[in-house]
Amino acid sequence: MDAHSSTQSLRQAGWVVLLLAFTSGFIIMSVELLGGRILAPYFGSSIYVWGSIISIFMVALSVGYLIGGRLSVLSPNLGRYGLFFLLAALGLLPIVFFANQAMDAVFAAIDDPRYGSLLASTLLFFIPTAILGMIAPYSVRLMVNNTDHSGQVAGGLYFVSTLGSALGTLLTSFYLVLWFDMNTILLAMITVLLLAGVLAIVLNRGRL
Amino acid sequence: MNLLRLLLAAIVTLPFAIEAEVIHQERSIYRNIEVQQTRNQRCLVFAVRRDDRRQTCLNLDEPDRIVFSYVRMAFGGLLLVPNPSSILIVGLGGGTLPTALAKLYPTAQIDAIEIDPSVVKVAEQFFNFKTSERIKVYTQDARVFTKRARQEAKQYDLIILDAFTGDYIPEHLMTQEYLTETRDLLSPAGVVVANTFSASELYSYESETYKSVFGAFFNFKLPGSGNRVILAKPSGLPSKDQLQAAARNLAPTLTTLGVAIEEFPRYLTTRADWDTNSPILTDQFSPANLLKNR
Repeated sequence: MDAHSSTQSLRQAGWVVLLLAFTSGFIIMSVELLGGRILAPYFGSSIYVWGSIISIFMVALSVGYLIGGRLSVLSPNLGRYGLFFLLAALGLLPIVFFANQAMDAVFAAIDDPRYGSLLASTLLFFIPTAILGMIAPYSVRLMVNNTDHSGQVAGGLYFVSTLGSALGTLLTSFYLVLWFDMNTILLAMITVLLLAGVLAIVLNRGRL
Repeated sequence: MNLLRLLLAAIVTLPFAIEAEVIHQERSIYRNIEVQQTRNQRCLVFAVRRDDRRQTCLNLDEPDRIVFSYVRMAFGGLLLVPNPSSILIVGLGGGTLPTALAKLYPTAQIDAIEIDPSVVKVAEQFFNFKTSERIKVYTQDARVFTKRARQEAKQYDLIILDAFTGDYIPEHLMTQEYLTETRDLLSPAGVVVANTFSASELYSYESETYKSVFGAFFNFKLPGSGNRVILAKPSGLPSKDQLQAAARNLAPTLTTLGVAIEEFPRYLTTRADWDTNSPILTDQFSPANLLKNR
């Protein structure tokens, strides 16, 4: 595949990238919101628990942006993009199955609920959030085909993914917690991430 | 019917609203706190624009008399454990309960949990609440306190759960897991008293959750009061006769507080007046604040 047709196929994948960026935006905020619920039984639901969660999400995202941006330089393709989604799904799994064990250990080791919640947030959320953060710059790379439009493309992607975040926040706090167990919501999001990853990988294969 | 209730509520609260003077105001990290005073009554108010919530009131002429019926109802717990030597109170408010219980039981050890340091300060400044060797306040989240206390194998004869401001409910203090941790803090014949919500869909959920942890409990409602108090004793509930005997013993001291304890036994019932098929609240599923508005 020469350079020209590769750019061409990436551009055609635009709608997929937008859809997947929306999905990752949705899931990031939904998990963040559930994070408050997950930590509350051990550390309470005070303002510092939210401080821990939000700061860890911010640090993780910033690290993810850095790594994703770096990786986007090396022959960007939908297949690798899909891999990020699969990894993010794997990264969320421990929250479903080992959150209580992890928090038991942190609770036993640290008295102060501020630092307890900070460490617990790091253990539970840092890795999956960083991986989800990698998606943002990589999406930009997949959709940009010339520098003139790069700002516009980035703007469109931020628009879609931040809208996804808003919807994820709203749906989770208004309805999902009323309808489902937390683990059910998390497992559903893991499934969606897996499907998103497979979709991207399959589209990439079809193209080769 | 609703209009009538609204009207009635307005008539009851109007004189207070007109005369009340704000003598102290502060904004804590959790809420806006006001102390309002009329001629002979001083109240702790968690101010919400549309609807102030009076948390506790002090009768300035007779400071020992308990003003709020739900606080008086909490004394119903003493029918099940007449002589508690260790007491845990979750949610301080103005400190009415610890202050009164400390007077009733001069040797009892009393621990109070309050998340909001400003509430503790206001209770001390304006509501005669005093900490001491045997009255301690822990300024922390009740769930965190409970988990730690369980590690340290603390035991209480009487645990009073009153962490509800009436507006927002800490959802992690409503779950089966929290109540189980609380039950683990009870001494062998210990008793849990919970001031809970009596209206909305939450009523059934909450009732079933308590039942799942404590087994059968006394459901306690007084006519004219909008509150429901749960009285639970995992080691077994006393009979009506035992309740009446306990009430007779407690009556002389409790009457001075304005608590008509002898009236209480006939309003205690184990009959379920809620939907017993209701799901229970767990750490995984606890949309208490959403249910409260349904």
